[in-house]
Amino acid sequence: MKKMTEKERLKLQIAACKIRMGVIESTHGAKAGHPGGSLSSADVFAYLYEKELNVDPACPKKETRDRFVLSKGHCAPGLYAALAERGFFPVEDLPTLRHADSYLQGHPNMNTVPGIDMSTGSLGQGVSAAAGMALGAKKRGMEEVRVYTLLGDGEIQEGQVWEAMMFAAHYKLDNLCVIVDNNGLQIDGDVADVMSPYPIVEKLEAFGFAVKAIDGHDFDALENAFEAAKATKGKPFAIVMKTTKGKDVSFMENDADWHGKAPNDEQYETAMGELRAKLAELEAKA
Amino acid sequence: MSEVKQIATRESYGRALVELGKEHDDIVVLDADLAAATKTAMFKKEFPDRHFDCGIAEGNMVTVAAGLSTMGLVPFASSFAMFAAGRAFEQIRNSIGYPHLNVKIGATHGGLSVGEDGASHQCCEDFALMRSIPGMMVLCPADDVEARAAVKAAYEHNGPVYLRFGRLAVPVIHDEENYHFELGKGEVLKDGTDVALIATGLMVEEALKAAKMLEEKGVSARVVNICCIKPLDEELVLKAARECGKVVTCEEHSIIGGLGEAVCACLCENGVGAKVRRVGVKDEFGHSGPAREVLRQFGLCAENIADVTMSLYNEK
Repeated sequence: MKKMTEKERLKLQIAACKIRMGVIESTHGAKAGHPGGSLSSADVFAYLYEKELNVDPACPKKETRDRFVLSKGHCAPGLYAALAERGFFPVEDLPTLRHADSYLQGHPNMNTVPGIDMSTGSLGQGVSAAAGMALGAKKRGMEEVRVYTLLGDGEIQEGQVWEAMMFAAHYKLDNLCVIVDNNGLQIDGDVADVMSPYPIVEKLEAFGFAVKAIDGHDFDALENAFEAAKATKGKPFAIVMKTTKGKDVSFMENDADWHGKAPNDEQYETAMGELRAKLAELEAKA
Repeated sequence: MSEVKQIATRESYGRALVELGKEHDDIVVLDADLAAATKTAMFKKEFPDRHFDCGIAEGNMVTVAAGLSTMGLVPFASSFAMFAAGRAFEQIRNSIGYPHLNVKIGATHGGLSVGEDGASHQCCEDFALMRSIPGMMVLCPADDVEARAAVKAAYEHNGPVYLRFGRLAVPVIHDEENYHFELGKGEVLKDGTDVALIATGLMVEEALKAAKMLEEKGVSARVVNICCIKPLDEELVLKAARECGKVVTCEEHSIIGGLGEAVCACLCENGVGAKVRRVGVKDEFGHSGPAREVLRQFGLCAENIADVTMSLYNEK
């Protein structure tokens, strides 16, 4: 297994912290949006856009790029922050999220936002779209193209997700990597109470996936999982990440109320203060 | 005169896909366990590597098609109209319509002429559903010649297209040699001055027959074929209404949300005060029975078109 250096790990931690700041900036600017799940996915966003994906901000539509589909489209604040951090568009635009004259739509729009590969927002459709991309890449002989999609753990209650899982395994889409953000909470509360999706790993295995369950805030674990995904042949790969909803903003952590609510001015200051302190700590180490 | 050939437009769909497949290697076809019925099995036989059965999972199928289209392929996703436009409406709306992807929905078994399977399979709402999606083109060919041309035109068009085909074999009314198809254009199949019969799909043949019956009663009916329900050929519709003064629309679809309403909206918005009667399914479900019998029971036949037209003609 590849092992990242301390320096590389710090770089990713710094990127993730900046993505979290972007989530707070954008949802505060929008006075709406979904910080909870964006924060739980910030580390995987950082890993994908800073290390894993073959993408080029200077050429966002390059045909042979890797694709990423944000199936849980409401976590656009996290994805936008990652794209901005990677240079697809200015970080300064993030607070225009959801504004009537902004290109940063509430949910990802592939035609207005540079770097977005699929318009999403209606839950349960991302794996299907990603599977279509993975199949298309194979059909077109684009061997180097890999396709990634990120789902919420509440989202996998949608039946279409499992239609798509069946499809991906049936067509042996080993260029597809499905990531489930298991932060444990959805709008109405604990996923186990609302409509239990568990056991997730066993379900995915039964549907024909190679699966790795990891801590979604551990970059070494993320690296191991993504490397295992690339090494797997003949079947699609799934990464089930245990995460903390609202991660790294103390008052948002593990509170379903922060699924789809923006911080007010005071909460914004508190959250940014926490993240700035964390960033300073990381940068001091770097 | 030689006997008129009868071909179901789903058959034409299957044939056209094979013809297109030979010319263009970017065409891929998806089906949801209905390849034998939708006739995409013809394509599957010819190009097994470009045909993907998705199993009985239409929502996934159309979204997979969306993904395929982003990779530069041109997918035709096929199922019965009920399950393509109906079951997968929201996926078509959000994953194909909203990003305006180059996906073609080939929906067979539209309307009451599904026959014996009954109301659960007789989709009379697909025009309404698909018309309402921004940027979606909606086609309903009348015969084999038009259907094959429509499939090819849909391929050439860059954007989402919904194509509705029928299960029932219908007469070939076009002469292929002198035929030209253009998206967004209707055609006058028979001239007339008293009333315009504006029809789509298998109702075009019924309108032609009705026009003959009316002629015997001294009423001159123009027959306008509208294959492209959206965008509507407004110029042709307005001309027909202005010159004939009265309009009867004919469609194998609910009178709500289909061709009839599109024509009415066009006339009203352009200040053409022509009286309109809509022949179609009247806010009710179909039922089982042989296709022609069911169509007759619901008034989707030449006799009823002629009756409706006569009563409209006789109105002051």
